[in-house]
Amino acid sequence: MHFADVLPLQSGASIRAYDLSYETYGTLNADRSNAVLICHALNASHHVAGVYLDAQGAVVPKSEGWWDTMIGPGKPVDTNVFFVIGVNNLGSCFGSTGPMQRNPDSGEIYGADFPVVTVQDWVQAQARLLDALGIATLAAVMGGSLGGMQALSWTLQYPDRVRHAVVVASAPNLTAENIAFNEVARRAIVTDPDFHGGHYGRHGVLPQRGLRIARMIGHITYLSDDVMNEKFGRQLREVAIGHASGYKFSTQDVEFQIESYLRYQGDKFSEYFDANTYLLITRALDYFDPAAEHGGKLTPALARARAKFLLVSFKTDWRFSPARSREIVKALLDNQRDVSYAEIDAPHGHDAFLLDDPRYMGVVRSYFESKVTPC
Amino acid sequence: MLKTAPRLSADQRVIARLVPPGARVLDLGCGDGALLDHLIRERGCTGYGVEIDDANIQACVARGVNVIQLNLDEGLAMFGDASFDVVLQIDTLQHLRNAEVMLRETARVGRIGIVAFPNFGHWPNRLAVLRGRMPVTKVLPYQWYDTPNIRVGTLRDFAALALKNRLHILDAFGLQDGREVRLWPNARASRAVFKFQHG
Repeated sequence: MHFADVLPLQSGASIRAYDLSYETYGTLNADRSNAVLICHALNASHHVAGVYLDAQGAVVPKSEGWWDTMIGPGKPVDTNVFFVIGVNNLGSCFGSTGPMQRNPDSGEIYGADFPVVTVQDWVQAQARLLDALGIATLAAVMGGSLGGMQALSWTLQYPDRVRHAVVVASAPNLTAENIAFNEVARRAIVTDPDFHGGHYGRHGVLPQRGLRIARMIGHITYLSDDVMNEKFGRQLREVAIGHASGYKFSTQDVEFQIESYLRYQGDKFSEYFDANTYLLITRALDYFDPAAEHGGKLTPALARARAKFLLVSFKTDWRFSPARSREIVKALLDNQRDVSYAEIDAPHGHDAFLLDDPRYMGVVRSYFESKVTPC
Repeated sequence: MLKTAPRLSADQRVIARLVPPGARVLDLGCGDGALLDHLIRERGCTGYGVEIDDANIQACVARGVNVIQLNLDEGLAMFGDASFDVVLQIDTLQHLRNAEVMLRETARVGRIGIVAFPNFGHWPNRLAVLRGRMPVTKVLPYQWYDTPNIRVGTLRDFAALALKNRLHILDAFGLQDGREVRLWPNARASRAVFKFQHG
């Protein structure tokens, strides 16, 4: 959808005109009270559920939406009941206006000139999309990780437009360690010789090496030590003949399965994701901190929220640990807001929020059935 | 939301009547949320349950009752001083490693605390011990080697613990099959109930 109005950004900059890619699932009811907005995290898109069909009507392989376990007909967020909206954020690289597109003022590809956008900017842009769709109030806003930050920000920026917020595996801000991981990823990209200060598009190249490494470090932080050990352990990709250890005694070959897996993930990611988008989105993560304007205190920061909340965290998630979700729960309790909190003992680390754990799915399903369902 | 009123045990109904109408309630170890649901619907209360068990969390959410998944042995740091009118600990204390700390925490967080637990002083229990065996009863249904009840005490034991922690006991009685027992409750009731506040 095209938006012709200027979008003022938190930084003071603005975007003159922009497009937002979105998908919807289910049907908006007559009184427009069953809309659920899904906010995506770092590398996801507006394609949250369902599959794509090719021209012959056959299912495109691996085209499932990124939260297809959660959202769809009969699923925890049931699209037979709810009208679900997925939107690609500004600055991302799946169709919405971002660094890969041309700046209408200069006619050049934005590249590094794309303005820095924040969680609040995204929420503002999402609100304009809802305006355009004729939706005054959301039955629920929902997201995991960075998407959870957007859901939380919705309840603060537009408290009267959100009945429920479902915040999964998220945090009220990033810790220093978390920002540090983002910085390693950014440095990998920025120091790639093909980066060209972010204007690689003008040079007809892509900083794929940097992106691969960024993805590898990110991926490590999304898993738990246990899961990695269970999945890969110390397994070798192939046992070299000639030495009892099976090692090749190389320093640059892929020897361990985990190396092979990370390289595969990095390669795959660098084929489809834009480097400038990676920089922008990690920066948006770093900046999010609703407590900052309240002296670092989250309780007064969340006093504006009117929504009812469901928070979910995962015990083995060390990137967005349960302790961070509990901070949000505590601030909501201090404000006497309706809140439920589930801490799921899943082994998969941060990735658990995208996986199909019956306890996790069950609590989200129960929440939508008992509380969010329009009367 | 479940449209039918929750079914409460006779003991739970007695405990529900101890909670003032309209109170802000924290129910520690709230189980499937039936009592809290009842207090919200029938007595106009608001509040939250606290549970550790996944199935109970889902049961509470399915009822539309606010519930926080926490291990009570980690304390109540999430809850502010006197932030609730009533804090309930119904059949919870006997499972806690830090039962005394939690008792103090209950008094800190709530203006009133209400605690109910199996009374080991009930005469069939005494009789069993007199015969040289640990009791197995309706209220204490486990064998000694697999019981989740790691704290077994009597009504008088609790009164002593409350005194030690300078809690002011507002009411104390026994519960037997849904009836209040006020005469010799330590011997005549399978469950002990205390209502107390900060001294």
